[in-house]
Amino acid sequence: MLLLTWRNLLARKVRLLMSTLAIVLGIGFLAGVMTFSTGLNATFQNIVSGSTPDGLVRPAGDVSGANAGVATTQLITPADIDKIGALPEVAAATGSVDGFGSFLLGKDDKLVGGQGAPTLAFNYAPGENMAGDEVLELSQGGWPEKPGEVTLDTSSAERGGYDIGDTVTMIVPTEVQDPRRTFTLVGTADFNGGGTAGATLVLLDTSEAQEIFLGGEDAFTSVALTAADGVSQTQLADAADAVVPGGFTAVTGDKVVKETQDQIGQFLDVISIFLTTFAVIAIVVGAFIIFNTFSILVSQRVRESALLRALGASKKQVTRSVLIEAFLMAVVGATLGLLLGLGLSRLLAGLFRTFGLDIAGDVLTLTPFTIIAGYVVGILVTMVAAFVPARRAAKVPPVAAMRDDLVVQEKGMGRRLVLGSIAMAVGVALAAAGLVGAPGTDAIWIGAGAVIWVITTAVLAPVLGHPVLVACRAVFGRLFGTAGLLAGENALRNPRRTGATASALMIGLAVVSAVGVLASSLSATNDKVVDDQFKSDFLVQMPTFQGFPSGFGDRMQDVDGVDLVSRQQGTPVSVDVDGTPDQTFAIGVDPGFFEIYDLTMIDGTDQISGHQTLLSEGRADDLKAGPGDTIDVEFPGGKKIPLEVVGVFEDTPTTGGITFPLSVLADAGIKRSDSTLSITLADGADRATVKRDLEDVVKDLPILSVQDKEEFKELISGQVNQLLYVIYGLLALAVVIAVIGIVNTLGLSVLERTREIGLLRAVGLSRRKLRTMITLESVAIALLGAVLGMVVGLVIGVVLRQSLKDDLTVLSLPVSNLLIFLVVAVIFGVLAAIVPAIRASRMKVLAAIATE
Amino acid sequence: MTQQPGDATNAVAASARDLIKVYGKGEAEVRALDGVTVDLMQGEFTAIMGPSGSGKSTLMHCLAALDTPTSGEAVVDGTSLGKLKDKDLTTLRRERVGFVFQSFNLVPTLSAEENILLPLSLAGRKPDRAWFDQVVDAVGLRPRLGHRPSEMSGGQQQRVACARALVSQPRIVFADEPTGNLDSTSSAEVLGFLRRSVDEFGQTVVMVTHDPVAASYTDRVLFLADGVIVDELRSPDRDQILAKMASLQDAAVKKAAS
Ligand SMILES: Nc1ncnc2c1ncn2[C@@H]1O[C@H](COP(=O)(O)OP(=O)(O)O)[C@@H](O)[C@H]1O
Ligand SMILES: [Mg+2]
Repeated sequence: MLLLTWRNLLARKVRLLMSTLAIVLGIGFLAGVMTFSTGLNATFQNIVSGSTPDGLVRPAGDVSGANAGVATTQLITPADIDKIGALPEVAAATGSVDGFGSFLLGKDDKLVGGQGAPTLAFNYAPGENMAGDEVLELSQGGWPEKPGEVTLDTSSAERGGYDIGDTVTMIVPTEVQDPRRTFTLVGTADFNGGGTAGATLVLLDTSEAQEIFLGGEDAFTSVALTAADGVSQTQLADAADAVVPGGFTAVTGDKVVKETQDQIGQFLDVISIFLTTFAVIAIVVGAFIIFNTFSILVSQRVRESALLRALGASKKQVTRSVLIEAFLMAVVGATLGLLLGLGLSRLLAGLFRTFGLDIAGDVLTLTPFTIIAGYVVGILVTMVAAFVPARRAAKVPPVAAMRDDLVVQEKGMGRRLVLGSIAMAVGVALAAAGLVGAPGTDAIWIGAGAVIWVITTAVLAPVLGHPVLVACRAVFGRLFGTAGLLAGENALRNPRRTGATASALMIGLAVVSAVGVLASSLSATNDKVVDDQFKSDFLVQMPTFQGFPSGFGDRMQDVDGVDLVSRQQGTPVSVDVDGTPDQTFAIGVDPGFFEIYDLTMIDGTDQISGHQTLLSEGRADDLKAGPGDTIDVEFPGGKKIPLEVVGVFEDTPTTGGITFPLSVLADAGIKRSDSTLSITLADGADRATVKRDLEDVVKDLPILSVQDKEEFKELISGQVNQLLYVIYGLLALAVVIAVIGIVNTLGLSVLERTREIGLLRAVGLSRRKLRTMITLESVAIALLGAVLGMVVGLVIGVVLRQSLKDDLTVLSLPVSNLLIFLVVAVIFGVLAAIVPAIRASRMKVLAAIATE
Repeated sequence: MTQQPGDATNAVAASARDLIKVYGKGEAEVRALDGVTVDLMQGEFTAIMGPSGSGKSTLMHCLAALDTPTSGEAVVDGTSLGKLKDKDLTTLRRERVGFVFQSFNLVPTLSAEENILLPLSLAGRKPDRAWFDQVVDAVGLRPRLGHRPSEMSGGQQQRVACARALVSQPRIVFADEPTGNLDSTSSAEVLGFLRRSVDEFGQTVVMVTHDPVAASYTDRVLFLADGVIVDELRSPDRDQILAKMASLQDAAVKKAAS
């Protein structure tokens, strides 16, 4: 029996290869995603542990300003460091000057490193990490030893086009007129763990770092500690903590590593879940293809199964032989898929590199977990998909081996229709429950409903698709005559097969359409929000919303034709929500802010001064605070400032949930910078001239842009579209797998109809018409999949939008996109038919008729 | 063409008791078998003849545990089939019955040798090499053992099927028009082999045919018309059979006319 299975596999190499391809691609995607995620984790892991010392003295408090590029004004003096260094527990205490808000420009004057990863500028001082290795490793040249010298990380130097000895341009956060500075590149270096994960490292001489970032004060922002022999991290931190100046605290390296990993972990998890979702979709689509291939193979082998049964094969043996076939296929497919996954992960890494996230190639390896997961998923999915067809094979009565009328009776669609309708209703009920606010997340209810809809549509595709196929037949018949009519008939004659093949495509397009509805609604909503809220004439911002030197605002104030420049500075803060600290974003604003923007006040006043604050409605609810109450806000650096709430305004994207005067930030020890400037025109000023003059001011900081309303809209919709294209790109794989399914089904159908095709040729159907016929059948399947998918996807998209109507206030259907998808489906249909059509047209007429 | 002395000639290999098989319902009802009672003897070569549609294949399928009758009893090798579950029927077919069909006898992906050994490998049994060689030599297929069905003529394929039917040493071999698709030379080879298997190996063979030449190779011919056995001949020759067939045909034509 095993022999027979083996022979069957060999005999149907080509046909099975196509289904194997479905497994290969699905598992390849999964393995690629897993490998990439592991690699991403490992990259950060290496860097985090490779760059963290035994202990660290840093500003006290829970709020880390580092990620938002917010600098505090708390400093530690050399005398303090000497005091710490003198402790018996401390082997070395090295002061560092960490600077924010600097940017490296390449030789082409463009920003190096894109907009994702930060630029870390600090003074170079030798220091050991927890493992006792130097934190930084020189790869070329030397360290900066005097002002005017700089050492960069290898990748940034390369991307900037710099060689040792070249003059490097940087933007530094000084208050002086020209933020540009030039340095001589003296060396390149990397973190001990390898690479920098895309971050740009700028290492400066200590005195110059102090001059740039601390205004020339001989002081430091933090101190790296190395423990003396035999001293634990805890002992080290405890000892140092006793002598650090006020506002500072000493922590263990382990704590720093854990904090960093927690922060990064969330971000990495999001990426990995996002990618895995698409892998799962691809695998589900693949499962449909496998199911379909086996169904067809089994129905073509009715006689063989019956013969085996007549010769004494038990039902189990027949089932098992099909399942073993599936198993072997899965093993081959998963093996190839894993290899493909390795390649794919490199490709993904390359893609992320262009976003500025460097992942070393040597961490992209197939881990045992990935290998096991690949095989388990591949084998399980294939076996499950092949199970129903295998059972069907065993049910063939032995008599069928001898009867010529081999029609194995198929059960009517009646039961399917009833069960399907019930399932649909359950899906509707779930989605409705989500909409009316059942407990838990709406999206989960709706998601469950959506999954049921998609599956039910797949099961009911033979029935639901009937009108579409009838329409196809009519249109094809009109346009292509007999060949068109025959194609329509062929698509109609085995509704199950057509339906199952189309379902694979349907799933892909359902997701594409649902995402399309959400993206289109998001864009429409953004446009509306911008229209409503963009009250100034210009907005000046970094694409990353990081802070930039306030000198720019000062100079813009002096531009002719400018009426008002309102300054806003954002910072992460921590507030107490129901007893637990909650990190959020607060914004300090100048009085000009209220001249430009009208906040809709629900309660209290928008007149703030001193230590007063406004809350958004949502924030006020969280904090259970209103006018007259006082809230404690903790700032980066650890300062806590009690703020009196004077007003509550309606939620708006214009400002943060906690909005207070800029002076609060100064009192909190946050270094002054701007994150947004809102600028209005003076009466009679020429908009274009003013814009040009404003742009002139920021020309030295190429990533800081002056936007008017339309540009701002474009910026936002550009970001939405970028994400949308990434999603479409990832879904393309599922669609490709679905197209393979069409190729497979057509190929098998052509083989099955060899006699009939011979007959048609014999009575005068030309080769060209035969090819047309097969191509049209393929197009009918593709259109069926596309139409069903779009309908389901639109419904899901609209329902999801409804549940998100607070955020997506405008519903917009991506009509033009849907039309494009339809055209693409037709093109895919034509492409899928190429090989089967050529095969069919090459059949020799006589041989085809003689085939039994 | 007589039975070998000393054989258990009186033993019954398979029998039918009042077998009725009805297809369809109401208007479309067809009584393919309408009360057939017959004993098939061990060590005998029996032919079942009759006009097309008379129920020959149906009778054979019911006797060979391939199909279940509407009522009545079929017994193979002392086992009544009516009470058996699918699993036991499968075992019975595998161990006690051999088959040769008119067409699609062989699994296309297996070689001749693998096809011959298929019933044994399905049962997980080791082939008796000496017996295998004897059967292969009897059908004259030794040089073809490695070939696939597509590389063999129709006659060769049928001989492979015959060898397969015999290799598991079943109690009874059923053949449904085994020469229906063959030319006369190939037919003679296949029939000659079936005859020899009865004479030399004491095999029991039941063959459905409508070819009088084929029937003349047998020891006994049963005539079937409209689902009932209407006549039988022992050690018949071609002319006797032709005459019988002709009269049956006439009766059928008359009945259709009335
Ligand atoms: N599966 C079936 N369904 C309906 N009628 C059948 C079926 N099989 C056989 N019959 C009918 O039963 C009768 C006997 O058929 P069969 O035994 O094949 O005849 P024979 O082999 O003598 O030509 C015929 O009238 C045939 O049409
Ligand atoms: Mg027949």
